[in-house]
Amino acid sequence: MSKLNSLAISDSGFIFKPSTGESFTTNEMGLFIIQLLKENKSGEEIINAIMEDFEVDNVTAGRDLYEYLDFLKREQMMD
Amino acid sequence: MSKKIYERPVLRKVVEGIPNKFGSLKRLRPIETIDNVAIDAIIEKYGSPVFIISEKTIRETYKTAYRAFSTRYPKVQFAWSYKTNYLDAVCRIFHQEGAWAEVVSGFEYEKALDNNIPGNKIIFNGPDKSREDLVSAISNNSLIHIDHFDELYMIIKLVEELKERPQVAIRVNMDTGIIPQWDRFGFNYENGEAWNAINRILSNGKIDLIGLHIHIGTYIIMSKAYATAIEKLAALATKTFYRFQKTINYIDLGGGFASQNTLQGAYMPATDTTPSFDDYAHTITTAMTSVNFPNNEMPALILETGRALIDEAGWLAGTVLANKRLADGRRAMVIDAGVNLMFTAFWYDYEIFPVHETSFQSEPTTIYGPLCMNIDVIRKNIDFPMLNKGDHFVIKRVGAYTMTQWMQFITYRPNVVLIDLKGEVHLIRKQEDKEVFRRQELTPKYLL
Repeated sequence: MSKLNSLAISDSGFIFKPSTGESFTTNEMGLFIIQLLKENKSGEEIINAIMEDFEVDNVTAGRDLYEYLDFLKREQMMD
Repeated sequence: MSKKIYERPVLRKVVEGIPNKFGSLKRLRPIETIDNVAIDAIIEKYGSPVFIISEKTIRETYKTAYRAFSTRYPKVQFAWSYKTNYLDAVCRIFHQEGAWAEVVSGFEYEKALDNNIPGNKIIFNGPDKSREDLVSAISNNSLIHIDHFDELYMIIKLVEELKERPQVAIRVNMDTGIIPQWDRFGFNYENGEAWNAINRILSNGKIDLIGLHIHIGTYIIMSKAYATAIEKLAALATKTFYRFQKTINYIDLGGGFASQNTLQGAYMPATDTTPSFDDYAHTITTAMTSVNFPNNEMPALILETGRALIDEAGWLAGTVLANKRLADGRRAMVIDAGVNLMFTAFWYDYEIFPVHETSFQSEPTTIYGPLCMNIDVIRKNIDFPMLNKGDHFVIKRVGAYTMTQWMQFITYRPNVVLIDLKGEVHLIRKQEDKEVFRRQELTPKYLL
């Protein structure tokens, strides 16, 4: 099971990481991204999906996505 | 179908521990206008960053301060502390309200004269008064507050040359319970130096000693210190009367009232701890009326309050230049106003607000200025909403000492505008450009 799939995530954005017992919170956009990551979407696909649903340009969506992915990696929540 | 509003994704670790006694942070409300003028419109017209001064706040603050003292004591006079903010427009508002001028250099003295202040309503403080400054001050009947014996000897010499009677006070320093004790200004009370100076002045017979002045410190949040100072000055006035039959006309308590900016490291926000004008006035006027001045004559009370009168009226609006992550993952935000404009950021935790609501999420952030210097930090750690590049911010309470202590370092100093009582915006100091500096520089011919 991938690290991401081992997380317990509530609809309100509360994340529990069973391997360490740590908890996190994320917002609607974070949940949206995690959902797409679980579906094995690529970075480009996620950016396109964000732009389709939200009022944002390509550069901003990309910048924020890759920063968010860095967070997930730093917290050992994805590979 | 319209798209949903985008918000940057955030991930926050839930940290266990004892909750902060103040509870969770309230959401930082944006500030979009100052005196009903849109901050965006000011930035668009006058550039970014830009200092914004509210005339309404200056006048209201002055009236509150004056009312606090004048309703408790019969003879009160404020003197506007030029060094706190000597933009002519600002000085003239205070003068219109009735404040005299308090200056500490030849430059400030000239400014006060140019602002049409009569010489006898200018208080000349400070340790640096040149011979020319003193000649000018004596000729104009200004109130010269003598800082040291060398200055006194210079005045004694000038009396012979000018054949005029200088109007002087001595600056007295003393232990009022404030730590550190400010002993660099004037003559010490406890070791007898102040009494010695009074003796020299009055034995001369050609100089009028009309006042006693004290400057106990800055950002004084213990108003009782002023009461201690008054007791000691009253004792000095009494001693002077019995020795020379000379009545002291005024007691000048200098400045030092704190503003509502929080000092770095303070446990509580200054809005909770800073005494109000009424608190200061109560302590000071109670002391003035309860001590014994000779012949029961109440001397006038002069106050040189600067910081507390102007800090609230000044704002600094600007633009976010960049967001980045520091090595440990903390968020950093770079803005276009640094310690070059906000020297005071070295000791204050300034309140910074977004101009518009951009995000409901906030994150611990270090806010840096634009200078290529590691020390250029405006806030070390503030829970701040996630503004994007190009978004506007506004910093509160920057009226005192910013526009006088600012540095031309790396970049130019920006425009300063004044919002008048009708909501009209006036440019009161132009931003610098390369010509300003070119005019001051001379290049030797062989380097051309």
